[in-house]
Amino acid sequence: MNRYPLWKYIIIAVALVIATIYTLPNFYGETPAVQVSSSRESIPVDAALMGRVEGALRAQGIAPDGMLLDNNSLKVRFHDPDTQIKARDAIEHELGESYIIALNLLPASPDWLARLKAYPMFLGLDLRGGVHFMLEVDMKAAVDKTMERYAGDIRRALKKKDVRYGGVKHIGNTIEIQLRDQDTLAAASDVVSRNLTSLTQTRDNTSFKLILSLSPDEMTRIQSDAVKQNITTLHNRVNELGVAEPIIQQSGPNRIVVELPGVQDTAKAKDILGRTDTLEVRMVEDDQAKVSAAMAGNVPAGYDLMDETSANGTDKILVKKDVELTGDNINDAQPGFDENGAPSVNINLDSTGAEIFRQVTAENVGKRMAMILVEKNRSEVVTAPVIRTEIGGGRVQISGSMSPAEARDVALLLRAGSLAAPMNIIEERTIGPSLGKENIDKGFHSTMWGFAAIAVFMLIYYRVFGLISAISLGVNLFMLVALLSMIQATLTLPGIAAIALALGMAIDSNVLINERVREELRNGMPPHSAIQAGYEHAWATILDSNITTLIAGLALLIFGSGPIRGFAVVHCLGIMTSMFSAVLVSRGLVNLWYGRRRRINSLSV
Amino acid sequence: MEILHFKKDIPFMSYGRITTAISLVTFILAVFFLITRGLNYSVEFTGGTVMEVQYQQAADLADVRTRVDGLKLGESTIQTLGSSRDVMIRLPNLKSKSSAQLSNEVLTALKQSGQPVELRRVDFVGPQVGEELVQHGLTAVGIVCLGIMLYLALRFEWRFAVSAIIANMHDVVIILGCFALFRWEFSLTVLAGVLAVLGYSVNESVVVFDRIRENFRKAGMRNHTVAEIIDNAITATMSRTIITHGSTETMVLAMLLFGGPALHGFATALTIGILFGIYSSVLVASPIVLWLGVSRENLVKPPKQKQEAVV
Repeated sequence: MNRYPLWKYIIIAVALVIATIYTLPNFYGETPAVQVSSSRESIPVDAALMGRVEGALRAQGIAPDGMLLDNNSLKVRFHDPDTQIKARDAIEHELGESYIIALNLLPASPDWLARLKAYPMFLGLDLRGGVHFMLEVDMKAAVDKTMERYAGDIRRALKKKDVRYGGVKHIGNTIEIQLRDQDTLAAASDVVSRNLTSLTQTRDNTSFKLILSLSPDEMTRIQSDAVKQNITTLHNRVNELGVAEPIIQQSGPNRIVVELPGVQDTAKAKDILGRTDTLEVRMVEDDQAKVSAAMAGNVPAGYDLMDETSANGTDKILVKKDVELTGDNINDAQPGFDENGAPSVNINLDSTGAEIFRQVTAENVGKRMAMILVEKNRSEVVTAPVIRTEIGGGRVQISGSMSPAEARDVALLLRAGSLAAPMNIIEERTIGPSLGKENIDKGFHSTMWGFAAIAVFMLIYYRVFGLISAISLGVNLFMLVALLSMIQATLTLPGIAAIALALGMAIDSNVLINERVREELRNGMPPHSAIQAGYEHAWATILDSNITTLIAGLALLIFGSGPIRGFAVVHCLGIMTSMFSAVLVSRGLVNLWYGRRRRINSLSV
Repeated sequence: MEILHFKKDIPFMSYGRITTAISLVTFILAVFFLITRGLNYSVEFTGGTVMEVQYQQAADLADVRTRVDGLKLGESTIQTLGSSRDVMIRLPNLKSKSSAQLSNEVLTALKQSGQPVELRRVDFVGPQVGEELVQHGLTAVGIVCLGIMLYLALRFEWRFAVSAIIANMHDVVIILGCFALFRWEFSLTVLAGVLAVLGYSVNESVVVFDRIRENFRKAGMRNHTVAEIIDNAITATMSRTIITHGSTETMVLAMLLFGGPALHGFATALTIGILFGIYSSVLVASPIVLWLGVSRENLVKPPKQKQEAVV
């Protein structure tokens, strides 16, 4: 009577085979590797590059363990960390700065496993070491900045059409244009509706004001664009750092999570990421009367007094509030040398930027323009070159009193793109690599000793049924690890705790079954019926208790954050694998052991 | 092999008065400590910066303290963590400095002592994150309770759902009370442990309830009173209760012993939860079910009367 149909054994066998395949990669460990990738699509990572890397390594007498070229990155494995470092230096020397060259650890599992998409569990930062940041984008600033840009666009458009206006002011979430009379009001309204369709217009016919506001939809779009642009900028900055597998993703409407696994120099990472600057181009006011008034502490309306840092110290400089151009319009910036051999920064603008720049330079020949780095509430003029001639075509060269290092700095700042809005770091975790390794060891040891103790106890207390319980508990662990590897869920230290706890709780089902079988035997049932009745009765209880635990787990998964979520994922998966292994697998084993025999005199339970 | 086998049912329900009194006293004490001493929230909730550094030899805490205080960063806490080589430094949030600057400054100051020191971990949490976490944590507790009550009400009866939740909250409050009494650090991981206890402890009540329902349905149990039926259910599941909890506790103990400081709080919360979980499911949940007036009719649907055909 205690026999499974063949298909049930086949299900169990197939599940076990799959679990084995996906658990395997976790046993192979990792090998040190150097990863070469490119931050730009124009620079491909291809077989030619592989040849260059191979040549460079051979020249240094370094033999790689293997090379792997996959979508836009080249991974070269080495035998030990020392060779890895030497190889990195050799590759860096050969390829120069146009590639991202990072140290990495690659799973050492054989190729056929990789082809089945079987990878080791994805370890969280607390186990690998690295830096985690949560940044919050200042949404109000994002909207303000867009409004400033619109105000600039309107000024230029009105000037182009020769519409005389009193002033364009940005107040809160609206832009106010003061005009002279009914005619100019109508003309201005026409210009705005042609150029900026996304703004809603309100006319004030008595005071000749045109008030422009953003629709809620538009506001949401600006904010989500701001977050997206900041993510792109962060990508660029992280690329400068050379991290093998960075994670940069949106979390909630206005937050960005950045994770840099394996980063050793955490101070530098924080420095580069923590920069919350934006770039603005504004005109400098050199009118002596205004400058001296500002220096006396009486800054005229519409102007800002700022610091200009140069090699000889800090100077004061008076700039207009109107923003002509922002970092958004900068495509690329590279350090270089001008025709006289002096260090320079060569900037490449996009088409909008090029058009604006041509117009601004045409109107302001002989004047100075300031490139301003806005860092939260502090602004600093990076450089304030004189405009010598009208510059069209979007190719701009800044040169003058610059050292090569300064040129490199300025170019880096411009190139890394600018943030659409400033960001604040609201959460930071740094875990040293040695601590990560220790956490793995500690988690592993607790699980191992706990498992061993439970298995020994079950064996002594329930004998054959105990052995079966211990085996199915092992299967549970196996399947849980396989499942985690399969879905590549991030395993954290609380996750390891959840694995241990899942095992401790999973044995409950087997205890329920075994106790029930004993009880039925005690009530005088024959062995075969006792097995049948024991499993049947225990099943209802197992289901109830697991579902209540699952409810708790799911709530944790939905409402938890950080470590709680890491715990909850494993907890929920553990409940599911335990139902499978404790009921189906253990019954299968019992059936194999006792079911073959027609008559049994006693059960070893 | 068998440890526990009871020939006769233990009259748990007749102890109801004493056990309820014990529960009430521990519960009130826990609430008292929670109010007077409060929880020692970790930096995840309060906001601030925590640094962990490791020295090659035993750290000189007094020296570390003077060096950190010399930076004038506000009220800091300095203590060893696990071993005497590991030092934890906790700093409040500063408006003027970013966490990156803060941890770098402290590390530079520590390095000036000439002792080799390694930065192991930095956690910085802004104030807004902490508030959200408390809110999310409370929502999670609420949802877990609601979900479990709903399921139990559907599977059993509302009286069971209510008593299971009361027994559960009793466990959770006592864990929190212990953390308040001993001023153990209450971190997010501990919260995860507490919430896991919520699910785990219900588990225990469900097993007993299941047995109670089964007993109600048994023909042989017809003549027994409700209290006797509950006693029988608890006695029958006693052996399983002890073995299961023993196994889970074995795992938790392994975490407590081998898991290091990172898992210590989590394992402690679970240990308290498991100990009180046994007690509360047997001696809190069941008396409440009885007290709420559960009867056979609540669980066993009366068989439909056969309609006599009138010819």
